[in-house]
Amino acid sequence: MLAKRIVPCLDIKDGRTVKGVNFVDLRDAGDPVELGAAYSEKGADEIVFLDITATHEKRKTLAALAKNIAKNLNIPFTVGGGISSIQDVDVCLMNGADKVSINSAAVRNPALVDELALQFGNQCIVIAIDAKLVDGEWIVYVSGGRTPTKRRLFEFAKEVESRGAGEILFTSMDHDGTKAGFAVDALAQLSDTVNIPIIASGGAGNMEHFAEVFTKGKADAGLAASIFHFGEIEIPDLKQYLREQSIEIR
Amino acid sequence: MNLTIIDYNAGNTQSVIFALNRLGIEPILTDDFEAIKKADKVIFPGVGEASTTMAFLKEKKLDQLIPSLKQPVLGICLGMQLMCAYSEENETFCMGIFDQQVKRFQPPNGQKVPHMGWNNIGQLDSKLFDKSLEQERVYFVHSYYAELSDYTIATTDYCGQFSAALHKDNFYATQFHPEKSGRVGAKILENFLKLTI
Repeated sequence: MLAKRIVPCLDIKDGRTVKGVNFVDLRDAGDPVELGAAYSEKGADEIVFLDITATHEKRKTLAALAKNIAKNLNIPFTVGGGISSIQDVDVCLMNGADKVSINSAAVRNPALVDELALQFGNQCIVIAIDAKLVDGEWIVYVSGGRTPTKRRLFEFAKEVESRGAGEILFTSMDHDGTKAGFAVDALAQLSDTVNIPIIASGGAGNMEHFAEVFTKGKADAGLAASIFHFGEIEIPDLKQYLREQSIEIR
Repeated sequence: MNLTIIDYNAGNTQSVIFALNRLGIEPILTDDFEAIKKADKVIFPGVGEASTTMAFLKEKKLDQLIPSLKQPVLGICLGMQLMCAYSEENETFCMGIFDQQVKRFQPPNGQKVPHMGWNNIGQLDSKLFDKSLEQERVYFVHSYYAELSDYTIATTDYCGQFSAALHKDNFYATQFHPEKSGRVGAKILENFLKLTI
């Protein structure tokens, strides 16, 4: 059976991992390549690298990053962060990335999704959507969650699916950082709305939350950052727990 | 060993090169017919859409070269589908090494398409696999699949059973990505490197 995926996410700035990462057995906890490999060893099914470098030289740093990771990582990985053109995607994929994550650019220019899917195939196009519940409606935000838009989560997800997205990475801004659990209701509704895989992000605090996101939340993958970085949850323990809950895990 | 990867606009070529590097092999990436013919082993990678890729292969006459090769050849993902006779993806006639069709998943119970992630391989029946790999998980990402046939050497279950790998004479092919399938995938690539047809 197809397994549910556990996905650690690393934030990268100028080629280094930011946000504290607390790994005891690493020489250099800032090196995204080494961290990625360590997560792979521990049983991560996939890794997301988000480049938050804010410079015009971005494309070069993305290329070098993708290449370094691809050389050393034998599981799939996604690269994201400010990707807004065919050229950006080309650079990532040609350097060995398996998927790219597109966020604000897909909201500002939805036709970009069609272009990318046609050029590179929908399997490598992940659309990352940040949304927040405002007056009972899930509103899509851009620019790292700073700017609200007029788009609503479910209709926007449906639109990017029809334009050729291969997967959706949904972050609930209301749940992100709370460690109180994923947005399971919204995730389940999202899963019923589209027919492409959903990566759930935001709110993971304990192992029960992952069980819940895969059952009630119907998610295909669960993403988290700090709880993995700080060893609050070890991936082998998490996988063992999920197996005991009869959830299909690699 | 001279291992040659066929160079065309396949998205995942770099990942395949890196996976081979990790096994200590420096592959040659080329579209030169003589170089491909001379190679000890050939890998035909593939990611993307069937009709566009097939048109590209025809333009370069690679659609004639590949079926004529005599050394062990490994097709990966779309590479495997293009080695079949026909794909429902934009109604594409392919190379016909494996005389069978490639169909789109029709999920009976709301399963997601693409089939994306780690799934088990079973009923392993080839030198490409060790018995120890039975029911191990490998990484898949695809919306179209090859049905079971006489060429099937591994099966996977998703919306019913399909061919996870095919074999005929010197031609081997996997629907999954061995280059992205952790130590299981590395083992399968190693087995391919050891093949003597």
